Amino acid sequence: MASECPDRAHAVAFTLNGETVRAHVPARMHLGDLLRQSFGLTGVHLGCEHGVCGACTILVDGRAVRSCLMLGVQADGATVETVEGLTESGRIRDLQDAFHVRNALQCGYCTPGMLVTAAELLDDADAAASREAIRAAIAGNYCRCTGYHAIVDAIASTAEARRQGRPNAGREAAE
Amino acid sequence: MKAPDFAYARPASLDAALALLAEHGEDAVPLAGGQSLVTALNMRLSAPGLLVDLNAIPELTGVSEAGGAVRIGAMTRHRDVGTAAIVRERLPLLAAALPHIAHPAIRNRGTIGGSVALADPATEWPACCLAAGASIVVRGPGAERRVPADDFFQGLYTTALEPGEIVTAIEFPVPGADAVWGFEELSRRHGDYALVGLAATGRRLAGGLSDLRLAFFGVADRPVLARAAAAALEAGDLAGAQAALAGELDPPDDPTTRAATRLHLARVILGRVAAKMRGGSAQEGGPDGV
Ligand SMILES: Cc1cc2nc3c(=O)[nH]c(=O)nc-3n(C[C@H](O)[C@H](O)[C@H](O)COP(=O)(O)OP(=O)(O)OC[C@H]3O[C@@H](n4cnc5c(N)ncnc54)[C@H](O)[C@@H]3O)c2cc1C
Ligand code: FES
Ligand code: FES
Repeated sequence: MASECPDRAHAVAFTLNGETVRAHVPARMHLGDLLRQSFGLTGVHLGCEHGVCGACTILVDGRAVRSCLMLGVQADGATVETVEGLTESGRIRDLQDAFHVRNALQCGYCTPGMLVTAAELLDDADAAASREAIRAAIAGNYCRCTGYHAIVDAIASTAEARRQGRPNAGREAAE
Repeated sequence: MKAPDFAYARPASLDAALALLAEHGEDAVPLAGGQSLVTALNMRLSAPGLLVDLNAIPELTGVSEAGGAVRIGAMTRHRDVGTAAIVRERLPLLAAALPHIAHPAIRNRGTIGGSVALADPATEWPACCLAAGASIVVRGPGAERRVPADDFFQGLYTTALEPGEIVTAIEFPVPGADAVWGFEELSRRHGDYALVGLAATGRRLAGGLSDLRLAFFGVADRPVLARAAAAALEAGDLAGAQAALAGELDPPDDPTTRAATRLHLARVILGRVAAKMRGGSAQEGGPDGV
């Protein structure tokens, strides 16, 4: 547990991409910086550091959050997953394949945040059923390459394949 | 940018949090969802000495119903407010407002208490509180007090909250069987702060609408109850209600949206909401319907 008395650095322990990790973190450091600097998880991209661009989006206790708007010390006791963890577990493999097939990857800066936002959305395939719902969900992730159309295609086709019980459709098309 | 240096504490009870705020005075601020506060820290718009994190205080979360009121704990996340079964059933106005609040990742973390305490004039929850006649439950070093939303929002980022006080919950009266509501918001892009929005409640009687509360947001330094417009609508005069808004709202003039445009848009959404509350189709928006 983080110390209760005001103190400028705190010992934290949390589950990161399936493993228990520990760190000593200054109170002022946001979680995005902690993940990048202490754990080398550079898939967590930082753009604006004020919650607008979405590039730093990760999952905390299963929900998408902006890692730039959560303090590292607040991760104590939580379950944190970054795009690296989602990739290794294979949980969004179909989505990643669909991004590839649909050419939804351009410079790739916004991609980790897009994938994490879509991962949460796709947990409820019905919620991802319409292009409007997908557009509304990813409106909070800025893409400077303006690849939204292809990104919406990739998320929509993944949702459709999951609904039909064909999660490998993107992979087959990619091969 | 990076946040300035500060200390951090995560008390496990409300009393401990209040004690920390009392001990450190103006140097300490509560940290709720952080979706506005950490932004301000990262941009160095704020430099508190101590953040008192409210996230480990169980008594501040949850939605419950008792004695004719729905009580929503201050630390309930936006998403959990809008998706709670009690809210969907009893307070559909709040469920309708939810998708307009920012984006999923921000809704997952931001809290209703933080939004109410911050009192940004362009945001949804304060206007919903005003429309629904909610009370803001506040604890300080002294006894708990309940402040009606009408008195709580006092100006730009200014509320009835005293230094050292914490919003603990929001209490909404349970609407009666004849209650109706309406919610509309126009923004540049889905999830952006409102250019203009309207949260409304009332009762639908055989003869028309009564007890209307029309809470506009994005059009003044705080959410505003349009009383003259409500009276005109109760008398069945939509055009009169739309005209009355000019005397009741004081929209900001900014480089991208002129005050006159916001006022026009306020009339448009009043038409839509009035049509919905009268039970007609939302398309009957009146002369301004776009
Ligand atoms: C990109 C972006 C877009 C956004 N769009 C919208 C939007 O469209 N609509 C909208 O409503 N909001 C929007 N927000 C703001 C978001 O909803 C915030 O979560 C909310 O305004 C503040 O709630 P919080 O719980 O995050 O509070 P914090 O950021 O933790 O705190 C905000 C302020 O309130 C004080 N405070 C917090 N809780 C309490 C309490 N219980 N008692 C006393 N004081 C307290 C804090 O000390 C601080 O001064 C947006 C934010 C971002 C980053
Ligand atoms: S870096 Fe976190 S949202 Fe932009
Ligand atoms: S792919 Fe370049 S920013 Fe989105």
